[in-house]
Amino acid sequence: MSSKPAPVPPTPAQTVGPFYGYALPFPGGPDIAPAGHPDTLTVHGHVYDGAGAPVPDALLEIWQPGPDGDRTGAPGSLRKDPVTGGHAGRDGVTFTGFGRVATDADGRWAVRTLPPAGAPYLSVCVFARGLLHHLFTRVYLPGPAADTDPLLASLPPERRATLLATGTGPRTLRFDVRLQGPEETVFLDFR
Amino acid sequence: MTPTQQDISREIHALSEEYRRVGETRHHPARDYPPYRSSALRHPHRPPVAVHDPEAVELTGPVFGATDVTALDADLTRGGTGEPLGERMTVTGRILDRDGRPVRGQLVEVWQANAAGRYAHQLDQHPAPLDPHFTGAGRCLTDDRGTYRFTTIRPGAYPWRNHTNAWRPAHIHFSLFGSAFTQRLVTQMYFPGDPLFAYDPILQSVTDDTARARLVAAYDHDLTTPEHALGYRWDIVLDGPAATWIEEGR
Ligand SMILES: [Fe+3]
Repeated sequence: MSSKPAPVPPTPAQTVGPFYGYALPFPGGPDIAPAGHPDTLTVHGHVYDGAGAPVPDALLEIWQPGPDGDRTGAPGSLRKDPVTGGHAGRDGVTFTGFGRVATDADGRWAVRTLPPAGAPYLSVCVFARGLLHHLFTRVYLPGPAADTDPLLASLPPERRATLLATGTGPRTLRFDVRLQGPEETVFLDFR
Repeated sequence: MTPTQQDISREIHALSEEYRRVGETRHHPARDYPPYRSSALRHPHRPPVAVHDPEAVELTGPVFGATDVTALDADLTRGGTGEPLGERMTVTGRILDRDGRPVRGQLVEVWQANAAGRYAHQLDQHPAPLDPHFTGAGRCLTDDRGTYRFTTIRPGAYPWRNHTNAWRPAHIHFSLFGSAFTQRLVTQMYFPGDPLFAYDPILQSVTDDTARARLVAAYDHDLTTPEHALGYRWDIVLDGPAATWIEEGR
């Protein structure tokens, strides 16, 4: 028998609601790649509800390893200006591994980042009005590493397809999040 | 047809009875909770796929530091050029993981309505006054004990369009990061004894009585400061695993 104490019960989740817009998004939130980096990859898409309608009040967060495989991240995603209290923005050099983007009125989002090393995916956390508890998913970048990924391999082909980004142009990939319906995105549970 | 409060209350009661009948503890709200009408088209129908990979990227998470916040970000009463209207208060507590360990140096974000129940958001059409001295957004980093602390004013209740005569109990929205992305949490803090609790499908979506009680702050007179602010204490426990190797050095 283990002597580990019983886990402390968690604080329940609640919806992000409709009015996070002036509190959570920040300038440069979608710009994870250092300014002007030649390897920058644009990942973009829509968030759709169960009726196929775009979701204009969703918030996506991205977490990923650096291009060197580093998973410790770095501060400086939000950087405040200590003099004015305004946003100084990212320093244009540091790769923090973290991004945040709200969908626009058409339910559209886009982030610019560098391809991660050591894992073929970007981790995504989805928040929205109407969603009582956030959802985790992954944007898999097509390539040999995705072809041998155990999670992707465990899914039937039509489900697997919901996690794979598709090329729409040079260094540009599309990934839609479907909260519900026949093409519903695969969401993940880590507990 | 727009449902009435009676319709919604009946649904809340039925789902609460159902939860009791099944008898299985559930800490978080079900994503499919019909009394909260906006959830209807926004919850997945399929169960999430369990990931037990010790190499999962989600077992690590973003970090924030002194560059990401300023000292004033934790005082929501000093963002404007004058004092906001309302009941000034201190809200503080500790952020722990499920093993009871403090979450250190992590980002806490809050947002809330003003004392009249109005958000400084263009889409908030509630005809209550805006307060030029209050935007209602704040940030801080937790200290070495996992403690966060905000100075703010008590938000008002506000109406919404879920059903006829729907009112949200007063609440502060909280966004929290743990030592892993799996521990990410967005939630809401409520105030003790609010008469609107029973009517609110968002709070009642947490069908477990003790879990729901954990969303309610405690009034703390020892935290109250003379001639200045009332004190509320609210501790937060983040769910989800983290990489064990990251325990040291945080
Ligand atoms: Fe609210």
